This record gives sequence, C-alpha cells and structure tokens, in this order.
Amino acid sequence: MKPILEIASLSKKYSLRHEQHGYKTLRESMMNIFHSRATSEEFYALNNVSFDVEAGETIGIIGKNGAGKSTLLKILSRITYPTAGKITVRGRIASLLEVGTGFHPELSGRDNIYLNGSILGMMRKEIDKKFDEIVDFSGTERFLDTPLKHFSSGMQLRLAFAVAAFLEPEILIIDEVLAVGDAEFQKRCIGKMEAVSKSGRTILFVSHNMGAVQALCSKGIYLKNGAIEKIGGTPEVIQYYLNDQPVSDTARITKGKVHQIAQVKAEHNGEIVHVEAVVESANTGAVAMDLRLTTINMEPSGFGSLGTFNPDHKIQLKEGKNTIQFSFPTGKLANGLYYLSLDLTEPDKEYFDRADQVLMIEIANAAEIQHGRSLQLGWNYGPLKIDITRKA
Amino acid sequence: MEYEIKPSERFKLGLREIWQYRELFYFFAWRDIRVKYKQTVLGFAWALLQPLAFMLVLTLVFRRNINDLSIPYPLFAFSGLIIWNVFTGGITGAANSMVTNAHIIKKIYFPRLIIPVSSVLVALFDFLMTLPLLAALMIWYKVAPEWGNIWMLIPAILLAVLAATGPGCFLAALNVKYRDFRYVIPFLVQLLLFVTPVIYPANYFSNPLVQKILALNPMSAPVNMFRSFITGETLNTELCLISIASAVVFMAAGLYVFRKTEKHFADLA
Repeated sequence: MKPILEIASLSKKYSLRHEQHGYKTLRESMMNIFHSRATSEEFYALNNVSFDVEAGETIGIIGKNGAGKSTLLKILSRITYPTAGKITVRGRIASLLEVGTGFHPELSGRDNIYLNGSILGMMRKEIDKKFDEIVDFSGTERFLDTPLKHFSSGMQLRLAFAVAAFLEPEILIIDEVLAVGDAEFQKRCIGKMEAVSKSGRTILFVSHNMGAVQALCSKGIYLKNGAIEKIGGTPEVIQYYLNDQPVSDTARITKGKVHQIAQVKAEHNGEIVHVEAVVESANTGAVAMDLRLTTINMEPSGFGSLGTFNPDHKIQLKEGKNTIQFSFPTGKLANGLYYLSLDLTEPDKEYFDRADQVLMIEIANAAEIQHGRSLQLGWNYGPLKIDITRKA
Repeated sequence: MEYEIKPSERFKLGLREIWQYRELFYFFAWRDIRVKYKQTVLGFAWALLQPLAFMLVLTLVFRRNINDLSIPYPLFAFSGLIIWNVFTGGITGAANSMVTNAHIIKKIYFPRLIIPVSSVLVALFDFLMTLPLLAALMIWYKVAPEWGNIWMLIPAILLAVLAATGPGCFLAALNVKYRDFRYVIPFLVQLLLFVTPVIYPANYFSNPLVQKILALNPMSAPVNMFRSFITGETLNTELCLISIASAVVFMAAGLYVFRKTEKHFADLA
C-alpha cells in the first residue's frame, strides 16, 4: 500500500521585510516600486523536508519553538502553501491547529456545534448524527441554548474539542491541544486520541509535552532549524532531542565551593537504577547527597537522599576525587522519561552543588503479567503507582 | 481521495471543490444573519427601516424635480433602493469578509471564495425581507404590477448578486493586502449611487452617449429590470446588454484576482 502522506523536498521561504509597518498601505507599495527602501532577508521556515507517513502511524513532531513544526502542519492543512516541494495526500486531513475555529460568541452552543462542524468539513447530516455524542463528550448539555459568550473558557474548549474529536478524518493533525484544559479533560482527550489511532487512522502530533508524545506516538521526528534532524522510534528521537539541548552551567549555583559534582553516570537493569557520581573535594567533610526525579515536563516526581533524613547515612568525603555509588528501585514509577538531578548539601548549613537535570533516564517497567499493562507517564495520573490492598 | 499540495498551479476556479463545501455558503450566511440582528431590539426590522427612511428623505428632496414617472415617487425610489442595497450590502460585506474572517482563514482550509459570496447572500436575504414591504407600498399607492414582466425579477436579482460578487471578491482580495480599501469602499458605493438609476429614472439623461457610458455600470440593468415589473416600461435592450456584459467582465476579473491572491491570505491577514 502506498504511504498515506508523501512529503518530498518540502520548503517554505518567507521574506522578512525589515520595516516599521505591519501591513502595507497602497502608498508604501507605490513608493517601493521606484525605490525599494525596505531591506528583505530570506528565511527558510522549512528546508528540504522529506518523509513518508504510512497509514495508521502516529507520528510525534518535536523541536524547539521556531523549528518549523507549525509551518509544516500549516502546509499540510493547506492554510499556507509551500515554496518548493510536493506533498501527496491520500485521505482526508483534519487539523486541530486550533480547536474552536469559527466559534461565534453570540451564537448558542448548539449553533456553534453546527457552524464549527461545517467549517471543519462535516456535512450537516453527519453533524445531526453525531450531535448527541458531541454534546455528551463535551459535557455542556445544560448550556446548549446559551450564547457561547456566557460559557467559561474551559467549557468553550471542551465543546470545541468535542466537535473536532468527532470528525472522522484519515489523517488527524494535532498541535498542542493538550496544553489546555483540566487534567480530567486531558485524560479524555488522550483516550480519544488513542481510540483514533487504534481505529487505524493516522495522527500527526506536535507537542512540547514529551510524556504525551511518548505515550501516543510510535515514531518521532525532530525538527531543527527547518530541517529533519532525527527521525525514528519515539524514545530514541526524544532522547536525541533532549541530549541536543545545550547543557548550561547556569543551573549550578556553586562556583568554587569546597565540594562539587564533577560527573554523573547512570545505568539501569530491569527495575533498579545504578547511579555513579564523582565529587571533587578541596577538603574533607561529611555531606548529604540528594536525588531528585522530574518528568521531562519538569514536574517533580520523586525525592531520595543519602543523609538528609538520617545523619548516619552521610557521605564522608576525602580530599580529591570521590566516587559515590548508589541505586534505587523503579518499581513504583510510571513508565516514561525522567530527568535526574543531584544536590550536594550539608543539611541546614550549606549548599555545595546542584546539578540540575544532568541525566535523562527511561524507566520501562515490565508490564503486569496478566494484563500486559503498566502505568505510563503519558496517562497523566502522575508518576507514582500506589499499591492498594483490599480489606478482606 | 488523493490530492497534491504544491507551490503554484495553473489558474482554476475550483468549482468541484466549492460544490463539496456547498453547505458552508449556508452556514456562513446563516451565522452572519443571526449575528447581525442579535442584541438589537428591532431585530429584522432594521432591514426594513433603512430603505424606508432613505425613501422618505429622497421623496422630500426629489419629489418635485422628478415628475414624469408612471408611478408615485416613493414607490419608485423604494423599489430602486432595495435592489440597490443588494449591491451595496453585498459589496461592503464581501470586501470586508476576508479580514473579519481572518481568524478562520488562518486555521482551517476550505475554498476561500465561499466567504465573500456568503456575504453577498446576507445582503440578498435582507432584500427578500423587504419584498413584503414593497408589496404593501404597491397596495397603498394602488399600483398594479405588470404581471407580464414578472419573469424579469429573477434575472434582475441574479444580476444584482453577480454585480456585487465580482467587485466584492476583487475588493476582498485587495483588502487583505492593502487596508486602504476599507476606506475606499463606503465612498465608492456612495458615488456609484448617483450614477445608477435609483434616484432618477433611466431616461433622465437624454444624450445617447451619456446613456451608454452610464450603462457600463453593472447595477443599471438589474435596477431597471426589477423596476420594469412595477412600471411596465419596456427596457432598452442595448443598454441592458452593455450593463450585463460589464457585470460579467467585473465578475471574471474579481474571481481571477481573488483566486490568484488567495494562497497568500493566511500569510498576509
């Protein structure tokens, strides 16, 4: 079967005009015919990008702001046109570039469902058929005949997403919708997206939420300065992307303190992570070493320490290089990518060193045998699995 | 379904695609109509009040100057005004439509032509609302229509829509790029009123050359045709054809410019 999307040498060039005014007036244009004062600079938002998407794939597109992610999606959804290259599309594309497009504040919820649905490309009959489901999914049935302007922004968003979720395109383009809405709603959205991808449809998902990308996407594309930097399996691409960020020294609060973290390594086998840290000391001393885990969206997820809670566990440092090894179990952590940070302190007295996000580790606990399912960070339930016991 | 997204294409109207999205005409027009009269006390009455008030003013000013009419002046003015309003409402709405809908254009793809055309449909709706009032005025003045000319209503209305759509699309496209046209449009429309046989009858100017020049106005045929249903006057076929040809030329030019520039709308709006 032919790929559902074939993107071949796609480029988009913008001319940056260095001038004061945002939009043109006739007079300006006329004057520019005679002497062009505005200097212009060419800028490639996308530069020779090629890749194929097979039907049923879920592809995560990651990259920094300005890497060309949104331009790519805009071209795919035909809002803007490429300067060069070609895309062959074999199916209906629907885009959630911004949900709620065409919503009008003066119209009722009911009217807006019809309006928005038809702008998104649904036929009236289709909307009639799915109307109840849409209303159900959005949870706004009580306000259906209220003008939209009286809806809370959360309700507007839910309604908007509900309409879009019931489009049935072969290719669904999603850009950062998950950044908004409450946790419960996000969960429903992710559930819906999973259902969409399980039904064999193709999803292109752009997000800064690495957890969500990892949970949903089978394949990743890392865009950098308008070109594909890395394409492949999601964990691999995410890892590459995160390692590609320049590691800054600014996170360190110490310079020239007595004890400093020089090097950190980690490896994990199965359900245990082994960490090896090298600390350089100008003097002897007893310190505590703290371990912090954060998700890659910087949400704090766990804390452990040698010495902060129990002075007996403090580490005796000698002058010169000290190698400290410790390990921790990952059995209760959700599967996903985490940052590991280390702190070196003397509790209540001094902060020697703080090495923020020095390493990224992927925790992949085996699935629970009977059900083949294990807790995923991308589910947004939080990183900790709680074992509950039923009272007999 | 397979299609390609490529940089430049030959000029196409894209009628098949517009047909696929046909329901959008209705939804956009329906939205604009609902929103237009929301939060107004008088609601749809506004569509009636405007031509009625204008008719009263015109009657006070011109009643004595224009007297070789076969029907009372108020009826004459009103019938001209309501079809004229299809043009002014349509062209103003269409010209601003791309800018007012910029937030949609920047996010979702659909044939862009639907937006200005739907704006013209809103003006057409207002016109249809005023028809009962026209009938009431005819009864009041005891003027019987020329039933033999009733078929003229259809081409008259279609031509008015055509006359508004062509320049409307043209101005809509330009307005995206040059916001100057926001200020040009009301002024242009006011000027045009005086070269259209709305306030005065078509035979007001007797010089045949002047008549021909004025017939270049795409609205002169629809106004005369619409009114011939009430007055029963026979029309000057040659002048009508000039006006229709002009409307067709404007339509073609408008569509061409619109389709040519529409790819850049999202980048410019």
